[in-house]
Amino acid sequence: MIRVVLPAHLRILARVDGEVQLEIAGPVTQRSVLDALEARCPTLGGTLRDYVTQQRRPFVRFFACEQDLSHESPDAPLPDAVAAGVEPFLVVGAIAGG
Amino acid sequence: MADKRSGVRVLVGTRKGAFVLTSDGKREKWDVSGPHFGGWEIYHVKGSPADPNRLYASQSSGWFGQVMQRSNDGGKTWEPVGNKFVYDGVPGTHQWYDGTPHPWEFKRVWHLEPSLTDPDTVYAGVEDAALFHSTDGGQTWQELAGLRAHGSGPRWQPGAGGMCLHTILLDPTNPARIFIAISAAGVFRTEDGGATWQPINRGLVSPQIPEPTAEVGHCVHRIAMHRSRPRVLFMQKHWDVMRSDDGGDSWREVSGNLPTDFGFVIDVHAHEPETIFVVPIKSDSEHFPPDGKLRVYRSRTGGNEWEALTNGLPQSDCYVNILRDAMAVDSLDSCGVYFGTTGGQVYASADAGDHWAPIVRDLPAVLSVEVQTLS
Repeated sequence: MIRVVLPAHLRILARVDGEVQLEIAGPVTQRSVLDALEARCPTLGGTLRDYVTQQRRPFVRFFACEQDLSHESPDAPLPDAVAAGVEPFLVVGAIAGG
Repeated sequence: MADKRSGVRVLVGTRKGAFVLTSDGKREKWDVSGPHFGGWEIYHVKGSPADPNRLYASQSSGWFGQVMQRSNDGGKTWEPVGNKFVYDGVPGTHQWYDGTPHPWEFKRVWHLEPSLTDPDTVYAGVEDAALFHSTDGGQTWQELAGLRAHGSGPRWQPGAGGMCLHTILLDPTNPARIFIAISAAGVFRTEDGGATWQPINRGLVSPQIPEPTAEVGHCVHRIAMHRSRPRVLFMQKHWDVMRSDDGGDSWREVSGNLPTDFGFVIDVHAHEPETIFVVPIKSDSEHFPPDGKLRVYRSRTGGNEWEALTNGLPQSDCYVNILRDAMAVDSLDSCGVYFGTTGGQVYASADAGDHWAPIVRDLPAVLSVEVQTLS
C-alpha cells in the first residue's frame, strides 16, 4: 500500500480527506504512483503532469523520506519505505508558484 | 419602476477565487457568495444563455495548471469537468517577445463563451492563442484548428499578458459566424463554424509594430457587439477605440474626445445599440485612470462623442485598472452596467451609468465580470 499526501488545494479538488492509499502491482515509481493516483482521482489529471509531455509541472515537487525526488527519473524506484507504506509520498506545491 | 424580472446574478472571477453576487431587479441590495475555488485564479465565469443555471468557470493556478468547473444550479455547487486542452496536430511556432519562433504551449483558459442555444456547447479561448470547443458540457475539448492553420500564426506574438485568445463573439443571426480576438494578433472571423478563418484588421493602425497597418500583429484588447446588429463591432485596442459597420471588414477610429484612448474594456448598452461604454486608462505603462479619477465614458452616438460618468465613482487618488473581461451589462429594462477593478471593487449602475455604487469593495484583484439577467 502506497500512501500519498496531497496539498490542500488538490485534496479539495479530488474530494479526498487525509492521505490517499493506493495499491500498486509492479515497480513503485513516480510514474506508477501518479498513474494510480490519477486513476483513483481523475480530476487530478493535468494538475501534476502535463497531459502531452507527462513532465512534472514546474511548481509541483515530490518529496519522500526527507529527500527531494522531483528531479529523479519518473521510472526510478521510489525509496523502500515508500513502497512499503512506512513513509508517504508527498506532493508539494513549491514555495514559488502562487 | 423596478423590472418585473427577478433580478441579476453577477459572476466575478478574481486572482484568488470566484464570487457570485445576486440582487433583485432594483439592484440595490446584494448577496455575496464566495470565494468559490479559493486560492485559484478564476479568469472567467460565464452562464449559458440557453440555461441560466448552467455555468462554466476557468480555474487555474501557477502550481497546478488548468481546471475547468461546471455548475448546474447557478453556482451553488460545482463539479470539475474536462481540462485536457491539446492542440490539434503539430502545434507549430509563433513569435516570442524577441522575435524568435516559440512553440505553442497551452497555459490557461482566458475566456468561455457558451453557445446561445445549447447549454452543453461552449467555446474556450486559450493562451497560447487558440480556440477550443466542447459539445458535451465541458467533458472533452477539441481545437478549432483552422484558426491557427490559416497562415499567419507564425507571426502572432504575445502581448504583455501573454498570447491570449480573450474575446469570442457569437453572431446570434448566423451560428456559423464567430468573431475572436487575440493579443497580439488581432481580430479574426469565421463564416463556416470555425473551419476557416480570415484576419479582419483593415483600418487598425499600431505604431508599436514594424508595419503599423499589417494584416496581423495588432494588440486588440476587446471587441463587443449588440445582439440586434451583429455587423456592427466596437473595439478597444491597445491604443484607439475603433468601430466597424461591415462585420469587421474595415475599421475606423471613434476615440473622439476621450481623455486617453488606451484601455481594456468596451461594452454595448443592452437596448441602445449606439450606446457604448469604455474606461480610459492613462497609458500602456501606466495602467490606471488619468488624474486618479475613475471615470466610465459613455457614447450615445456609437463613438466619437463621449461623456464622463463619475457619479459614485472615486474622483481622487484612484489608481486601479479594469481588465479586458471585467465589464458587463444586464438586460433589465433599465440597463445595468458592471465593472470590476484590480483593487477588488465591483461597481454597479442600475441606470446605464448615470449613478454608480460599489457592490463589494475588497475582493482580490478582479479578472472578469459577467452578469446574468434572471427571469
